[in-house]
Amino acid sequence: MKHKVTRAAGTGFTHLVLGGYTLLALFPILLVIINSVKSKDGIFDSPLSLPTAETWSLVGFEKVLAKSPFIHFFGNSLTVTLVSLVLILVLGAMAAWALSEYKFRGSKLLAIYMAFGIMVPIRLGTVSILELVVKLELTNTLTALILVYVAQGLPLAIMILGEFIQQVPKELKEAARCDGVGEFKIFFQIILPLIRPAVATVAVFTMVPIWNDLWFPLILAPGEETQTVTLGVQQFIGQYVTDWNAVLASLSLAVLPVLVMYVFASRQLIRGITAGAVK
Amino acid sequence: MSQVALKNLTKSYDGKNNVLSGINLDIQDGEFVVLVGPSGCGKSTLLRMLSGLESISGGDLEIDHARVNELPPAERGIAMVFQSYALYPHMNVYKNMAFGLKIAGAKKDEIDRRIRHAAGILKIDHLLERLPRELSGGQRQRVAIGRAIVREPKLFLFDEPLSNLDAALRVQTRLEIAKLHKDLAATIVYVTHDQVEAMTLGDKIVVMHDGHIQQAGSPLELYQQPANLFVATFIGSPKMNLIDGIVTEASAAGVSVKVAGDQIVRTEVDGSGIAIGDKVSVGIRSEHLWEGDAGSERFHGTVNLVEHLGEANYLYLTLENGQDVVVRGDGERAVHIGDTIALSAPAAAFHVFNRDGLALRRLKPGNMVAARHRTTG
Repeated sequence: MKHKVTRAAGTGFTHLVLGGYTLLALFPILLVIINSVKSKDGIFDSPLSLPTAETWSLVGFEKVLAKSPFIHFFGNSLTVTLVSLVLILVLGAMAAWALSEYKFRGSKLLAIYMAFGIMVPIRLGTVSILELVVKLELTNTLTALILVYVAQGLPLAIMILGEFIQQVPKELKEAARCDGVGEFKIFFQIILPLIRPAVATVAVFTMVPIWNDLWFPLILAPGEETQTVTLGVQQFIGQYVTDWNAVLASLSLAVLPVLVMYVFASRQLIRGITAGAVK
Repeated sequence: MSQVALKNLTKSYDGKNNVLSGINLDIQDGEFVVLVGPSGCGKSTLLRMLSGLESISGGDLEIDHARVNELPPAERGIAMVFQSYALYPHMNVYKNMAFGLKIAGAKKDEIDRRIRHAAGILKIDHLLERLPRELSGGQRQRVAIGRAIVREPKLFLFDEPLSNLDAALRVQTRLEIAKLHKDLAATIVYVTHDQVEAMTLGDKIVVMHDGHIQQAGSPLELYQQPANLFVATFIGSPKMNLIDGIVTEASAAGVSVKVAGDQIVRTEVDGSGIAIGDKVSVGIRSEHLWEGDAGSERFHGTVNLVEHLGEANYLYLTLENGQDVVVRGDGERAVHIGDTIALSAPAAAFHVFNRDGLALRRLKPGNMVAARHRTTG
């Protein structure tokens, strides 16, 4: 009896902590969304209150969608993120397969080299990257961003996917080889479907930093044509005057794609994380 | 028609130490060959060399008189059934069986025909739409075998296919594999560490130990005329009793051995290659040591332990001369720990092994049970 009570208390406490953390994490987002549909006065008078009939205003969204090239920025962000994501996942999974399946001269060294990429933040190399991009005449192109993001995302992707690929039983590959299946087909038709949860996990983990990145767009592609959402938002933030309606509205919009991605990937994501955890 | 010949095959991982060496074996068309041995003896490695999953370090492997050493698995015309079944988890049973054929470029209706046929044989027609995780262990095993059948291979390779099944299912599946072998007239190489599986399934049993073939022959040959000490103790359960002794008399018609306690044991083996005074081991199977004095060679022993199996008792005894032996006794008879009982065995039932562990030829192998009925009846 007493045991039951302590257990109930334990679960209660767990839920309390989790709930508290959720609140903490969601609060800023909620604040942004609430205030994005209020008038300027509403925002400044009582930033924490819900929009009333008086303060309700969509002026921010009007400004963002109608009077600025926001849609264009959005497109840039989407292009950069999706192309990088696809490249990271395909190249990362293939590299992970190669590193874990084939033992060749220098494969260990190569794996360590990749692991190094996780430890050293890519921003440390910003100056060299900029020089390189200038020499390649890729400044103010989305290609430059994509290349940098692929380099940034690959090490972690290879590491995580490699772990999962190693868990695929050896016999499956051998059975496939007995069936006469080629190595590429083994990878795409047997290995890849089996590590789908891991791929979803890696997708989310790599997508969010790319979508949110301000650093590289600011340095490599600050031109009007190639601005991403995070950079585009900055135009509403001035040294003296900040258009809070527009900033909050564009931030609310920028949250959307990540949210959609989470909803779609969440089930796979949880499986991926836990599968990795209990290994 | 498919014949397989292994000619002096060797396997080495580091180029220096051979894990397998001097493997010579002929497999006839339609033969069921069982590779058996303790774990680490190289039997699975040998199977994987046949399949092409493991490279061959030396010697020749021929299938249908063509050297296949360097061919990849798919081109050797083999199909393998794995211990863990290795079904593709994300494909249903039908797709699992169709996958290899599709890769090989078979026509759709041909694939369908073969799958329906195999499913019919294995009685898995109703499972074709299921995923592997929705199947029981026995069903998965059938699907794995089905996947091998649809490829219509020259040679089936089984890698301990029954060891993941429970005891009852194992016996049932064993019978089905035997039946399948008859129906398909397939050539099969089957790896197991279970000697009962080996004895019941094999046309030919290959006993392996330490990377060498110890003996290859029919199940009864191995049981009645084991070539050496290893095979003698490996085949048969409980293990053959071994008694050390010194030869006192040797001729082509028989050998007499003096064992502990100065008892002389007369054996009917060909003693041509052995001299008086040689150290030998005398072997007698537990089922050939009888309670009572029906046999010519007699012993007395004290019971230490009794295992009741129902149809028989395994009696663990210490003989008067201090030697421990196991006897398969009548299950109906009450025997108590501490009892002293009389034992006997006919001279023909003994095996004799020389100092190098090699067996001397028995003159009258087999028919021990008939001999007992003759003497007692």
